[in-house]
Amino acid sequence: MSELPNLTPALPEIFMAAVAMALLMVGVFMKAEAKTVTRTVSYLATGAMILALLLVTTFSTQAGTTFNGLFITGTFSAFAKVLILGASALTLLMSRDFFDRVNVSRFEYPILAILATLGMMMMVSANDLIALYMGLELQSLSLYVMASIMRNDLRSTESGLKYFVLGALASGMLLYGSSLVYGFAGTTNFEVMADIFANQHGVHGPSTGLIFGIVFVMVGLAFKVSAVPFHMWTPDVYEGAPTPVTAFFAAAPKVAALSLFISVMVGAFGELAGQWQQIIIFVSVASMALGAFAAVAQTNIKRLMAYSSIGNVGYMLIGLAVAGSVASGAETQQSGIESMLVYLTIYVIMTLGTFGCILAMKRNGQNVENISDLAGLSKSNPLMAAALAIFMFSMAGIPPLAGFFGKLYVFLAALEAGLVTLAVLGVLTSVVGCFYYIRLIKIMYFDDTEEALDRKVGTEINMVVAAAAIVILAFFIYPSLITDGAAAAAASLFAG
Amino acid sequence: MSNIPLLSVITFLPLVGVALILLLVRGDVKDDSKSAKQIALLTTVATFLISLGIWTGFDNSTADFQFVEKAEWLPGVGVNYHMGIDGISMLFVLLSTLLTPICILSAWEAVTKRAKEYMISFLILETMMIGMFCALDMMLFYIFFEGVLIPMFIIIGVWGGQNRIYAAFKLFLYTLLGSVLMLVAMMAMYWEAGSFDIPTLMAYNFPAQMQTWIWLAFFASFAVKVPMWPVHTWLPDAHVQAPTAGSVILAGVLLKMGGYGFLRFSIPMMPLASADFTPLIYTLSIIAVIYTSLVALVQEDMKKLIAYSSIAHMGFVTIGSFTGTVQGVEGGIFTMLSHGIVSAALFLIVGVIYDRIHTREISAYGGLVDRMPKYALIFMLFMMASVGLPGTSGFVGEVLVLVGVFQVDQWVAALAATGAILGAAYSLYLYRRIVFGTLTKESLKAILDMNRREVLVFAPLIILTIYAGVYPQPFLDVMHASVENLVNNYHAALDAAGVQVATQ
Repeated sequence: MSELPNLTPALPEIFMAAVAMALLMVGVFMKAEAKTVTRTVSYLATGAMILALLLVTTFSTQAGTTFNGLFITGTFSAFAKVLILGASALTLLMSRDFFDRVNVSRFEYPILAILATLGMMMMVSANDLIALYMGLELQSLSLYVMASIMRNDLRSTESGLKYFVLGALASGMLLYGSSLVYGFAGTTNFEVMADIFANQHGVHGPSTGLIFGIVFVMVGLAFKVSAVPFHMWTPDVYEGAPTPVTAFFAAAPKVAALSLFISVMVGAFGELAGQWQQIIIFVSVASMALGAFAAVAQTNIKRLMAYSSIGNVGYMLIGLAVAGSVASGAETQQSGIESMLVYLTIYVIMTLGTFGCILAMKRNGQNVENISDLAGLSKSNPLMAAALAIFMFSMAGIPPLAGFFGKLYVFLAALEAGLVTLAVLGVLTSVVGCFYYIRLIKIMYFDDTEEALDRKVGTEINMVVAAAAIVILAFFIYPSLITDGAAAAAASLFAG
Repeated sequence: MSNIPLLSVITFLPLVGVALILLLVRGDVKDDSKSAKQIALLTTVATFLISLGIWTGFDNSTADFQFVEKAEWLPGVGVNYHMGIDGISMLFVLLSTLLTPICILSAWEAVTKRAKEYMISFLILETMMIGMFCALDMMLFYIFFEGVLIPMFIIIGVWGGQNRIYAAFKLFLYTLLGSVLMLVAMMAMYWEAGSFDIPTLMAYNFPAQMQTWIWLAFFASFAVKVPMWPVHTWLPDAHVQAPTAGSVILAGVLLKMGGYGFLRFSIPMMPLASADFTPLIYTLSIIAVIYTSLVALVQEDMKKLIAYSSIAHMGFVTIGSFTGTVQGVEGGIFTMLSHGIVSAALFLIVGVIYDRIHTREISAYGGLVDRMPKYALIFMLFMMASVGLPGTSGFVGEVLVLVGVFQVDQWVAALAATGAILGAAYSLYLYRRIVFGTLTKESLKAILDMNRREVLVFAPLIILTIYAGVYPQPFLDVMHASVENLVNNYHAALDAAGVQVATQ
C-alpha cells in the first residue's frame, strides 16, 4: 500500500499550478470585454504570485525533499524563488499599461507568465536531471509563446521563432548531455551522483564520457543564461519581443537559470570541479568582454540591455568559478556563491527598474526604443531621468550605488580563491562597460531635443521604478538586508 | 560633546540639505531656484561652522586619529564604517567645507539654468569630499573617492561650456581607469593583510615585492587625480569646460585627493616602494613644474592658463611629499592648502569677468584697472600668492618644500626652484595682459566693478591667504605631530629593511 507523500515542501508550486488552471477558466468563461478580462486575469495572476511568495517563505525555507527525491527545498531554493516570484510579479504588473495601449488583450499572457514562473520554481528546486528538464521545458515553452504574443507583429513572431529554434537546440544538447551523464553515472539524482563522483574520483578519475556529458549539460545551461559563446539569440530576442516580455526575460528566467546552474554544478558535479572550473572561467571572461565591447555600438536600448545582461552574467559566473576552486576550501567556495547571489539580487532590481524606464519611453502614445529618444529626458521628466541615471551608474559599478557592491563581492571572492586574472579582467571590462552606461546618462542630461517623450507614465511603472531606485540608492545604508539572505542561502548549499 | 558623531554629522549634513531641497522646492521658477540656493548656502555654512568646531576640539599634540567612529557595515567582506581625522586630514576637511559655500555663493547669479539640480550636485559633492578625507576604512575611502565622479560628471556635462561632453567623458574615464586599478590593489591588500582598516594597514608590513605592485596601482589612481605629467591632459579640458564653481572645487579640493592619497596610503603603507619610486616622482614632478609652466606661458585661454599652473603647483606638492623630511611633507600639505585657496580664488576671478563679458580669451581683455580697481587689487593679491610672494600663503609652502628637498637632493631643489621663476613669468604676463594697458576694447567700456556679493565671496579667501602667509604657525601646528609620525615611521621602515637614505 502506497502512502501519499508529504507534499508540503512543494505547496507553492502546487498552488501556482492550480492558479494557472483556475485563471484559464476565468479567462475563458468570464463574460466581459476582452480588455476587462485581461486586466482581471492579470491582476489576479500578480496577486497569486505574491501569495505564492508568502507560501515560499512559510513552507519552503526548511530543508526538505518530496516526490521521491526529485524535488528539494531549502534556504537556497527559497531565496531564488522569492527573487523569481518578486521579479515575475513586478514585470507582470508593469506590462498592463503596455498591452492596454497596443490593444493586445490576451488573457493568456498572464497565465503563460504563471506557467513560466512555475517552471522556474521547478528548475530551482530540481534535484534530478529529469525534474530539471521538466522545469526547464515548462519555462522555455511558455517563454517562446510569450515572445510571439503579438502575433500580428513581424518582429515579435520572428523573435519567438528564433528563440524557439535556438532554444530547442540547446534543450536537445542538455538532454543529450543528461543521457550521457546518466549512462556513465547510472543515476539521474544529484545527491546520488555527488556520492558516486566523490568515491570514484579517488580510484581512476572521471571517465571521458562523463566529462562529455557534463560539457553538454553546461552548454545547455549556458544557453539559458545567455553566456558567451551561446549568447547569439539574446540581442535579437530582446529587441524583437514586446518590451514587457523582454523585461520578463531579463529578470526572472536569469535568476532561475543561474540558480539551476549553481545547483547542478555545485550540487551534482561539485566533486568534479577541476573538470568544469576552467570552462566557467572561459565563459565568464568571454561574456564580460563581449558584453562590454559589443554594447558600445548599439543604438537600440533593448539590444543594449541584452549585451549588458550578457556582461552581467559574465560577472556572476566569476562567483561560480570561485565555487569551483576546490583547493581553496569550502569557505571560499561558499563566498563565491554568496557573492553571486548578492550580485544576482542587485542585478534583478536594477533590471526591473531599467525596464520600467524603457516601458515608459513613449512619444505620442507610441513606444520608442532608440537610445537617442532619451535626449532631453532630464528636462521633460526629471524624476524618471534621475532614476534611470541611478540604474546606469549602478550598472557601471560606481559607488555608493548597489551595483558597485555586487561587483565588489564578486571580485573579492575571486581574489580569495586566487583567481587574480579573472578579477583584474573583470575590473577592466567594467571600465569599458562604464562608457556605454554613462553615454545613456549623457544623452538624457546633456543633449537637447525638440520632441520630448510623453510625460504621462503608468502608475504601476512609476511605483516599480521608484522602489527600485530607492533600493539601489539606499543599499549602502543597510546592506545586510540582501547580504544576510545570500549568505544563508549559500551556506545551506554547502551544509551537506 | 564627545558622543555626538561629529564627523558623520558634517559628512552627511549636506545630504540633509539635498533632502530639504527635494522636499521643499518645486519646479524651476525663479523664486524656487532662489530658495534652493538659500537652503544650499545655509547647509554648507552650517557644515563649515561645525567643522570649525571640530578644529577647536582637535588636539594638536597627538598623531592619533581623533573623533573616531566605528560601526560594522558589511561584515561579510570585512568592511566597516570607520571615520576619524588626524593632523593631515583635518585641514583638508576645513578646506572642503570652506570652499563649498563659496562656490554656492559664486553661482548665485551666474547659474540660472536648472539651479536646483546644480545645488543638489554641489551638496552631494561636498558629502563625498568630506567623507573621503575622514574615511579610515579603505573601502569607505574608495566609495567616497569614486562617488565624487558622479556629481562632477553631471556638473561639467550639464553646466559646462562648448565642449563639455568631451571634457566630462575624459574626466570620468581617465579617473575611473586609474581608480579601478587602485581597487584591485586594495583587494590585494585585503587578501594579504585581512583588513580594510587604514590604521591596521599602516601598521602592517607588506612584502617588498608586493609593495611595488600595490604602489604602482595606487600611483595610477593618484597620479591621474593630482594630476602628474603625463596623465594631466584631462585637467585643462575639464577646467576650461566646467562652470566657475566646478573649476573652483576641482582645483581647490579634488586635486588634493591625489596628494592626500599619497600621504595616507602610498607613503605609510608602502614605504619601501615609495623610497624606490622617489626618483620617478621627482622626475615627473620636475617635468610637470617646468614643462607645464612653459605651456602656461603660451595659453590664450585664462582658465587653461590657471589649469596648467595648477599642475605646476601640484608638482611641488608631490616633490615635497616624497622627500621623507618633515619640512618637505609639511610644505607639500601647506602648498596644497594654499593652492586650494589661491587657485580657487583665481578661478573665481576669471568667473567674475566671464560673467560680464562671456569670454575667457585673454586677448579680449586689457586695461581693466581703469574700470575695475577693486577687481585689479584682488586679482593682484592672488596672482602674487600664486607666484609665492613672501607674506602670502604660497610662499610658505614653496619654501618649506624647497628646504625639505634641498636636504635630500640639491639638483631637484634647483630645478624645482626654476618653476617658481617661470611661475612669476606666466602669472605676471597674464596679469599685464588683462589688467594693465589701455582700455580700448568697446565691449569693456561699460564693465562694472565687483559688487558686494562678489567681494563677500573673496573676503574669507583674502584673509586666509594673508594670514597663512604672515603667521602660518596655527596651520603647521595642526599637522606637525601627524607629519612627524609619518616621517618617523617611514624612516623606521626603511631602516628595518636596510635601505640607506641620504638625509639620515
